[in-house]
Amino acid sequence: MAGTATEDVKVLGLALSPFVIRVRIALRLKRVEYEFVEVRFAEPKSEILVKSNPVYKKIPVLLHRGKPICESTVIVQYIDEEWTDGSGSSSILPADPFDRAIARFWAVYIDDKLLALIWALRPEKEAAKVTELTRQFRKVLGLLEEAFPECGKGKGFFGGDAIGYLDIALGSCLGWIRALEKDKSVKILDAEELPRLAEWAERFMAEESVKGLVPEADEYPKLYAAAVASQ
Amino acid sequence: MAEAEQVKVLRFWASPWSFRVELALKLKGVPHEKVEEDLANKSPLLLASNPIHKKIPVLLHNGKAIPESLIILEYIDETWTDNPILPKAPHERGMARFWSRFIDDKCVGACWMSCWTEGETQQMFMEQARACLRILDDELGGRRFFGGESIGLVDISASFFALWLGVLQEVAGISLINGDEFPNLCRWIEGFVASDVVTECLPPRDKLLAVFQSKKQAILATKSMVY
Repeated sequence: MAGTATEDVKVLGLALSPFVIRVRIALRLKRVEYEFVEVRFAEPKSEILVKSNPVYKKIPVLLHRGKPICESTVIVQYIDEEWTDGSGSSSILPADPFDRAIARFWAVYIDDKLLALIWALRPEKEAAKVTELTRQFRKVLGLLEEAFPECGKGKGFFGGDAIGYLDIALGSCLGWIRALEKDKSVKILDAEELPRLAEWAERFMAEESVKGLVPEADEYPKLYAAAVASQ
Repeated sequence: MAEAEQVKVLRFWASPWSFRVELALKLKGVPHEKVEEDLANKSPLLLASNPIHKKIPVLLHNGKAIPESLIILEYIDETWTDNPILPKAPHERGMARFWSRFIDDKCVGACWMSCWTEGETQQMFMEQARACLRILDDELGGRRFFGGESIGLVDISASFFALWLGVLQEVAGISLINGDEFPNLCRWIEGFVASDVVTECLPPRDKLLAVFQSKKQAILATKSMVY
């Protein structure tokens, strides 16, 4: 059943984190109400963060009736399994085990490659290195561009007719991608090179469950500065 | 009546990752064919089945290819539902997934690097490895298995510690996992390797030892070629 205030759902995080955005989209899809608790990620980290995620001390953390779940992809799967309407109509992961495996595979790939490229590109000032990182970025996205028709079975999202696990995993990175394109004056999600992804990105950002959760490109410098500021 | 299932595992005899997949299939009683890969000369089937990473293990089920051991384990659990390896309750499932990822993302790498490095670098990796093992030891507590009374996802993920780590320690001449510091994990190892199903799947210890020893020799030989 859809969540109520008595469900006691909290999300510890920061607005600019793609990992946190994933969790918030998932909760919106399931119409679960939650309290968003902005935490200190730079040292000294918020006590509630350290207590609920002692292993990694990272965001996001989902607290459900006081019990923590950590790691964004683990949390999204938890949300999918905990708040189920029985008919499977609001499922985030695909129904078929093979489709689930493929969605999980690409989500792991995005975490291993794409996020690493975001963090590498963000501080990079040297032109040659920016070019090289952008090239690597486009190569990674190129693989997802190729995988899109098979995953989505010809429909508008990786999850088919509706956004799903892989849409969330990739879509949560769009804010950072746009921010980096602006900051470094480069094209990463180039509509000419990646037409399916470019169209998918517009559809994704227009979704009700996504609106307002992915910051605008020009908000990122301020959000980032606030996130890393030491006390 | 379902047509005969075709289940193949593209594997390498010494790999703890393909061991995970074979153990899971064995625990569920799923008949399967083991296809041994020569990692120095990967087969066209492997390259076609896992074009992105070109790595074993790959599970081939009726022609569909599933790569990455943890992803394969979830696929196996969802496809063959007898003897579940993941718990039922969502929170416990989440914790099982969390600990499996912790083992892969942090523990194994630190243990592995501890065995192949030297000096200060080795000390650093050993400290990281010990911190990880401590966390796992605490998490396990007095339980027989991470999965409770029976082997589950986390136990299968942790199989590296049951055999491979011991062999690597011996080759490297270091002590990482020991009964004094990690009594729960050591007790778990004994229980894990005592299981018939596990013993059937584990590679022979002496063969593993020989492989790692010759790898060590090769590294030393390269180091001694100084200019």
